[in-house]
Amino acid sequence: MTRAGRWIADHWVLGAGLLVLAYLLLPVAVVAGLSVNRPSSRLSYDFHDFTLAWWTDPCGAPGMCAALVRSVQIAFAATVIATVLGTLMAFALTTYRFRGRAATSILVFLPMATPEVVMGSSLLALFGAARVPLGLWTVVIAHVLFCVSFVVVTVRARLSGLDPRLPEAAADLYAGPWQTFHRVTLPLALPGILAAALLAFSLSFDDFIITNFTAGTTTTFPMYVWGTAQRGIPPQVNVVATAAFGVAVALVAVTTFRPRRR
Amino acid sequence: MTGSRSRPAYLLLLPAGLWLILFFVVPAVQLFGTSLYDPAGSLTEGYRMTWAFGNYPAALAAYWPQLLRSLGYAAAATVACLVLGLPLAYAIAVKAGRWRNVLLIAVVAPFFTSFLVRTLAWQTILSDSGLLVGLLRDVHLLGPDGRLLATPFAVVAGLTYNFLPFMVLPLYASLERLDGRLLEASADLYAGPAATFRRVTLPLAAPGIVAGTLLTFIPAAGDYINARLLGTPGTAMIGNVVDSAFLIRLDYPQAAALSFVLMAAVLLLVVAYLRRAGAAALDRVA
Repeated sequence: MTRAGRWIADHWVLGAGLLVLAYLLLPVAVVAGLSVNRPSSRLSYDFHDFTLAWWTDPCGAPGMCAALVRSVQIAFAATVIATVLGTLMAFALTTYRFRGRAATSILVFLPMATPEVVMGSSLLALFGAARVPLGLWTVVIAHVLFCVSFVVVTVRARLSGLDPRLPEAAADLYAGPWQTFHRVTLPLALPGILAAALLAFSLSFDDFIITNFTAGTTTTFPMYVWGTAQRGIPPQVNVVATAAFGVAVALVAVTTFRPRRR
Repeated sequence: MTGSRSRPAYLLLLPAGLWLILFFVVPAVQLFGTSLYDPAGSLTEGYRMTWAFGNYPAALAAYWPQLLRSLGYAAAATVACLVLGLPLAYAIAVKAGRWRNVLLIAVVAPFFTSFLVRTLAWQTILSDSGLLVGLLRDVHLLGPDGRLLATPFAVVAGLTYNFLPFMVLPLYASLERLDGRLLEASADLYAGPAATFRRVTLPLAAPGIVAGTLLTFIPAAGDYINARLLGTPGTAMIGNVVDSAFLIRLDYPQAAALSFVLMAAVLLLVVAYLRRAGAAALDRVA
């Protein structure tokens, strides 16, 4: 093979991969662009005029900030509940052998193998039949449901990668079960738990389909976007989307590149 | 270990287990029950349980095109995700070197902009007055009246876009563990790059392919956002029908029947797929 041929053979995958990455990031760039654009009319999205008006007045779109706050509240509540419940279950599944372990794994897998529209509609059928009024709490219940499986899977992956001799060593050194958990297992599992919480928060914050079935008249940020999409979303929505992107990428970058302690 | 030693396990399991049973299993049963209600009832007057199994053939007769279309679009999007995801995952795992973490962050980064807002951005990109359509018309890949938005292509492209990271991450996870020496050994044994890819890389990536396929196909089959924002009524998927039957037409028995059919279809396909591909993948790894 010639040198040029070899270079192409070595690098075409990287080139193709970067093109795919560009495809993934293109809409984000468009959203960021629209957040500093003054369109010529409400329904047009052509790049017309540069402006920072939307960034300086993010709450200028009526109702948007209220929806945003509600989404953050829901995501916070769902993340806390799902992370605690899911972590406990992951500990049970990795630490103990017990009857019903396989059934528990299937129970955890099922929500992940069910389309959201099915989960949302079945919760609607249940809440309807039980005459539970739809609102903030039915949304939190639904969000915990789909987050908890992802928490179990994420924390379990971290726990099963840990050296089983470490808790044994702690026990040999006269640590009780609680002390072993508190001083050895929990700190080692913490990166997995934090990753699971971050995942749960972003899943909940961004969810539309299940929320739409369980929210009643409560409006979350994605529901606000959906509701305004027919008439053209207000430019402030692009500001929120761009800002959320920036904050999250910074958070992930900091946790990834921070010098690590093992 | 059973008996007293496993008691702490049950205590730890209880809260999440109860949540899953109360809000997943019970609603699924309720959904099945709802699908058998008397179709003549209404939400305001209340429904009577008449074990109306006829709701199923009636719903399928009316909406089989949407159901088939959903499974077809989801399958097309899954294949597209695999074709696009493999080079990206391979590039990150094998070629990226110290840029690996940066590229991984770039893969998950779009998740942090709202799903709906990104799909609306595709609406802008694919719109008739957009740059892309203009370019494709100029080079005659599209006719003068050719469109991208409101076509099946746009819906499948949107699904592909939205679920691509779910394919890339598991592919990356399995390729990252790939031992570079195996590729060298294959080359030493006179396998060309294509043969090495087909006979060594692909089998070793099989667990990632299986996981990625499930993670893209399942949500894509139930999605209705892409079909609504990027398609037309002619590209409606089963999710659109369930959504409107439950929330607009308020025809609960029919909506529940369709929802249950979707769940059963996806589960059957997943189990069939896992039995074929999953077992094969596990065999090759072990």
